[in-house]
Amino acid sequence: MITVTELTKRYARHTAVDHISFEVGKGQIVGFLGPNGAGKTTTMRMLTCFLPPTSGVATVAGFDVLEQSLEVKKRIGYLPETPPLYPEMRTAEYLAFVGQLKGLSGAELDKRVDYVLGRCAVTDVRDKLLGKLSKGYRQRVGLAQAIIHNPDVLILDEPTSGLDPKQINETRELIKGLAGDHTIILSTHILPEVEQTCQQVIIIAKGKLVATDSVSNLQNRARGAESLLVEVAGRNGEIDSATVQRRLEQISGVSRVLFKDKRQNRSIFEVESRKESSIRGDLARAVVESGWDLNELRPTAVSLEEIFLQLTGEPLPNPVEVPVAMGAK
Amino acid sequence: MRNVWIICRKELRSYFVSPVAYLLLTMFGLIFGFFFWNVLFSFVVAGMESQMRGQMFPMNVNEEMIRPLLQNVSVVGLFFIPMITMRLFAEEKRTGTIELLATSPIHDVEVILGKWLAAMTMYTAMLLVTALNFAFLFKYGQPDWKPLVIGYLGLLLQAGALLAIGTFISTLTKNQIIAGGATFGVCLLLWILGWVSGNGYDTSTWAQVVSYMSVITHFESFSKGLLDVKDAVFYVTLIFLGLFLTSRSMESLRWRS
Repeated sequence: MITVTELTKRYARHTAVDHISFEVGKGQIVGFLGPNGAGKTTTMRMLTCFLPPTSGVATVAGFDVLEQSLEVKKRIGYLPETPPLYPEMRTAEYLAFVGQLKGLSGAELDKRVDYVLGRCAVTDVRDKLLGKLSKGYRQRVGLAQAIIHNPDVLILDEPTSGLDPKQINETRELIKGLAGDHTIILSTHILPEVEQTCQQVIIIAKGKLVATDSVSNLQNRARGAESLLVEVAGRNGEIDSATVQRRLEQISGVSRVLFKDKRQNRSIFEVESRKESSIRGDLARAVVESGWDLNELRPTAVSLEEIFLQLTGEPLPNPVEVPVAMGAK
Repeated sequence: MRNVWIICRKELRSYFVSPVAYLLLTMFGLIFGFFFWNVLFSFVVAGMESQMRGQMFPMNVNEEMIRPLLQNVSVVGLFFIPMITMRLFAEEKRTGTIELLATSPIHDVEVILGKWLAAMTMYTAMLLVTALNFAFLFKYGQPDWKPLVIGYLGLLLQAGALLAIGTFISTLTKNQIIAGGATFGVCLLLWILGWVSGNGYDTSTWAQVVSYMSVITHFESFSKGLLDVKDAVFYVTLIFLGLFLTSRSMESLRWRS
């Protein structure tokens, strides 16, 4: 549905997007992930024909964004970072205006307006001025205008930014519900969002493509091994975290032990084991035999956050060296 | 063409939903009303004086009332035009709605024409207020209607040129005040350029060239009820220039932003 080849956008002083290539299949939800200023918005603007690329080719539904922009624009629904609302218009009237811009008219236009009003749960504000709507409603009206002409491709730039947790959830559900009919690209710098809504992730940093894969593959790829959270308590008062750590490291199969936190006589560690070796039994035994209590032992999934930090090359805070900072959190 | 109409209707709505349109119409109506009263008063006084002296001078409503009034409108218009055009693009740039227009399947030209036509309609609405006053002249006198029609045509052409320039300036900034201020400056400049040779002292070639640039000097023949092709072409050229620059500026917006 979307093909991007060596797409580049250069400004006078810096390169915002640097030779990015990826493909998005029909009906997929793709998360476009990167720190602020990575070039997410610029890439999206090139896909929506708002910005012309400096070099490279991007096609949407087989049409080139530069040469056949009108055809591309007909097939794309776009929600920019700030929803493009006219404050002096009323919701239904605004959606009708956008529908007309996208080429709808007559009975079909009325039908679509009613449909998106319901789909995005903004029917109750259909006659309110857009300037008076709350942030959550504005975002949903923005989403409604993006799907008014039932486009093949939806491009959403940070659709959940600035919303409260409840609204974020609603918006995510809404986006998930839209998949299937539409191919969706959504940008975000919030990682759980990608884990929850997207099937595929495209990670970019400093304008360059870092990784593109499915969410589950990425999680497996980063570390094939199990990661356990272990809480160890001393029998009588104090516990020496360093001793515990040393003991844990001696267990066969353990690849890394990270000190996470210490509260009174309890120390919390994250223990990583090598592939295909179950260490839980050995670990429990080792702790108990050393005269400590095992308060907690549970597997933790490697979060996309860590993968992301690894891939984008941003320094991972080292908890062993800065236990105070970690404790303060 | 359909798209031009969609944009134009949206712009007109925002003029008439906000107080902008009513403010412009009221102020313009008041100012023109004052001029009308003033001209009518001196006309009546002149008429009474000539009667008292017992010698009847030929007096002409077209010459002595409609003509100066049309000239007043053409100058007063300069002050109102920035208020009509300043938000056209500046506001869309500020709120980000320009992204909606730029990613919709319509051409830039259609957006520009739609906005310019809406501005023209707004100005025409202001002219309709003056028509109210002129209607009284036709009720109580027998002025010739043809020069008045030509005069209105001239006003529309002149406003069209300035509105096109104002539209262009509005694409240059996100700030309405700057757009309005700059447009006002350009309008004034295009008026006072006419004074360079108008004062009669400087008759050099360059003074005449500069004067020729003035939008007001080209209105003189229209105000007399004469349709001079040379002047009409001047305004039409300016309209095209303004709209062309607007489309270039919109294009460059994409490459810069």
